[in-house]
Amino acid sequence: MKFPVQTSPHVEAPSSVADVMTVVLWALVPGTVAAVWLLGWGVLFNVALAVGAAWLAEALMLWLRARPFKPALTDRSVLITGWILALCLPNLAPWWLPVVGAVFAVVVAKQLYGGIGYNLFNPAMVGYVVLLVSFPEAMTRWGAPVEGGAASLALAEAAQWTFLGVLPGATAFDALSQATPLDQWRMVVTQGGDITGASIWQGGAWSVWLNLAFLAGGAWMLYRGAIRWHIPVAMIAGVLLTAGLLWGIDPERFADPLFHLVGGGVIFGALFVATDPVTASTTPRGRLVFGFGIGVLAVLIRSFGNYPDGVAFAILLMNLAVPLIDYYTQPPVFGRKGRSGTRTEGR
Amino acid sequence: MSNPRLSELALDGLWKNNPALVQVLGLCPLLAISNTTINALGLAIATLVTLLVSNGVVSLIRDWVRAEVRLPVYVMVIASVVTIIELTMNAHFHELYNTLGIFIPLIVTNCIIIARAEGFASRHGVGVSLFDGFVMGMGFGLVLVVLGAMRELIGFGTLLDGADQLFGPVAVDWGVRVLPEQMTFLLALMPPGAFIGLALLVAFKQAVDQRSARRARAAKAARSAEPAAEAAG
Repeated sequence: MKFPVQTSPHVEAPSSVADVMTVVLWALVPGTVAAVWLLGWGVLFNVALAVGAAWLAEALMLWLRARPFKPALTDRSVLITGWILALCLPNLAPWWLPVVGAVFAVVVAKQLYGGIGYNLFNPAMVGYVVLLVSFPEAMTRWGAPVEGGAASLALAEAAQWTFLGVLPGATAFDALSQATPLDQWRMVVTQGGDITGASIWQGGAWSVWLNLAFLAGGAWMLYRGAIRWHIPVAMIAGVLLTAGLLWGIDPERFADPLFHLVGGGVIFGALFVATDPVTASTTPRGRLVFGFGIGVLAVLIRSFGNYPDGVAFAILLMNLAVPLIDYYTQPPVFGRKGRSGTRTEGR
Repeated sequence: MSNPRLSELALDGLWKNNPALVQVLGLCPLLAISNTTINALGLAIATLVTLLVSNGVVSLIRDWVRAEVRLPVYVMVIASVVTIIELTMNAHFHELYNTLGIFIPLIVTNCIIIARAEGFASRHGVGVSLFDGFVMGMGFGLVLVVLGAMRELIGFGTLLDGADQLFGPVAVDWGVRVLPEQMTFLLALMPPGAFIGLALLVAFKQAVDQRSARRARAAKAARSAEPAAEAAG
């Protein structure tokens, strides 16, 4: 047996896209299970429909573009796109909502830009934002995770609602649905109310459990090295700082930092979406800037924008800034003093 | 300068050198106004008339305008034409005028018009200049109307809605609902929808061109292969 001696540097074999994506897929499981538990079977239908549609759309686009099927269809990245999109959708969504979103995400936001590795924007977030601006009514169909709420629908009843739009017997849609915490906050503020006393948390405790489940998945991804700490930590810091500042100025109008942290998609976005290796910044310092920017923008959009949650918009906006961030945060080339890179070359 | 053949001019304006699909000029009105067929048609006609008149006038005065001041003179000609159109629309198509708003005066800044004045009308006779203005305006207008119809169909699910703004009371019920209201896709009406729609049209033109180029090559290859085969036979 041979034992070849190699000189340094000993390069570790890079993990393949499929390996990383498998870790992410497993990390999505606790959050998804919690969402199904809290919000009912609709979540599961969303995931199945979005993942299926995304996979088919990817296959169709590869065929149209005359690209090899195998690498793109087996690297599991398209499954993640569909899955992440599905977890952002309301649990009482009609069947076509995840399908339209997933097809748009894969066809326009991923394949038209050149497929995995070339897309400028996070495909799942593009799909989500397209749905949000195009189907405002369908995107508000959130069922309450309370007694008699959406979670109480049996599998067959939930399927009937998703695919046929029929609710069982005497149930009215309004009895199932409820405002999400962010909607609640927005409603109180726009009605001129004061949020210090009124509980914007009313019936919103479920989002804490959901966020804890996502956090567990994220911790596992960190442990397995599928993501690095910079983006999530910087993003959460950005959220807490901005929210704390606004809250300090006027606690009657602006929600407290903790509410911002767990009341919406911050944790999920920070761990699963902003860390997308294709669309995030690639340098360590750049990742800190990128994450922090998302956090700040998300709170600003929530506080002053027209839509309840701003995480998706914030991620897309910072995706746009990634080339600039990477340009200014290039680490120095080994052996040179100070910053250097493509900018100074050729001078 | 010798006059180009009219058929070539027509092919240029409508397809080969289409102002919207190939030169990609006048994007501002093209993207902003193409949300319904009637809006698009209104702006298309206004642009067409402007191009026609400005090309004619610029061609008429081309021998008296000194090269140093030609651009300000052309801009003044175009601005006067647009002002006339604006006042006319305000008087006779008031509703449409209100819908199109700032985009009627903005026709002055449409690059297609100054480009044709400078690039064509200032060097050619009145007849061909008028014809050039007409085909260029048609080329731009057709793309505008097609894009408008696409976006209206997908975004509102209707076609020709509000036709009475342009054609008077006769046209009150020309508008037809093609898709039920639940099946509309609001994105088409928004700025991203305009960009995606225009991109699809440009891609369509490229695909048609590539296809006909492939066919032409195949036909040529077949023609050159035939005599060789005969000689061999």
